[in-house]
Amino acid sequence: MKAIWIYEKKLQYPVRVSKCDPKLAKMLIEQYGGADGELSAALRYLNQRYSIPDKVIGLLTDIGTEEFAHLEMIATMVYKLTKDATPEQLRAAGLADHYVNHGHALFYHDAAGNPWTATYIQAKGDPIADLYEDIAAEEKARATYQWIIDNTDDPDIVDSLRFLREREVVHSLRFREAVEILKEYNSTKKMF
Amino acid sequence: MSETPPQMPKAYYQYLHELQSIDFVLCELTLYLDTHPEDEQALAQFTQFQKRKHNLMTQFEAAFGPLYEFGVSPISGGKWTWSQTPWPWQV
Repeated sequence: MKAIWIYEKKLQYPVRVSKCDPKLAKMLIEQYGGADGELSAALRYLNQRYSIPDKVIGLLTDIGTEEFAHLEMIATMVYKLTKDATPEQLRAAGLADHYVNHGHALFYHDAAGNPWTATYIQAKGDPIADLYEDIAAEEKARATYQWIIDNTDDPDIVDSLRFLREREVVHSLRFREAVEILKEYNSTKKMF
Repeated sequence: MSETPPQMPKAYYQYLHELQSIDFVLCELTLYLDTHPEDEQALAQFTQFQKRKHNLMTQFEAAFGPLYEFGVSPISGGKWTWSQTPWPWQV
C-alpha cells in the first residue's frame, strides 16, 4: 500500500489540550528539535538503513517512520498550547526570543533555544555501533519524557507523554533484539 | 493568530479513537514481526486486525473524508476533499 512515505490524516494517539500553557510548550520543544527528540530519532534511523545488514532494515524503516508520527504529536501539543498565547504570555514563559524570530510558528530547536543540528545523530557504518547508538537514543528520549512528566500536572498532556515514553521502551527492546539477531547471524557466518 | 478550529461531531472522535486503537495493535505487531518474522500467532493476529482496520477505514472515510492520498483513499462524491480541514492538530 505504501510505496512512498505517505501522510496519514490522524495522530497515532490522541492529544488533548484544554488550556493555553506556553511554559509547558517550551519544555516539549525539547522533543521536537532537541538532541534526543523525535526529529533526531526519525532521521537517525532512516539514514542508517543503507549500510545495515538486510535482517534489520525493516525494523529501522518502521521505527524511523513511527518517529515522524511522534513528531506530529509533539507539534500538535506545542501548537495547541501556544496558539492563543499573547506576546505577554509568551514572554512570561521565556519564549520572547522565540517569538521575535518565529512568531507563533514552531521551529526545530531544543528547550533552551539551540537549533537542531545533524551533530545530534550518528551513522558509523558499523551495525553494532549504530544499533547501540539507537538503544542509547531511545533510553535518553525515555528519560527526557520522564523529566517533562515530572514537570507538569496537566493530566491530558501527561497521558500523551506516557504513551510516548512507553514507545521509547518498546523501540529500545526491539533494537536490543536486533543486536542479538546480528550477533547470531555473525556467529553462524564464522562457523559454516 | 489561529483560525477557529472546525467543530467535529462526536462520532468523528469515536471512530478516530477506535481507528487509533486498531492501528496501535498493527504498529506494535509490525515492529514485533520485524524481529520475530517466524511467529505465526503474531502473523495471524496481524491479519485479523488488518481486516478490522480496513472495515473501519472504509466507514470513517465515507463519513469524514480520506485518511490518505496519493491514490490510496477513494474519492467520494467526485470531489477532492483531502485538502480540507481538519488536519490532525486542529481537532
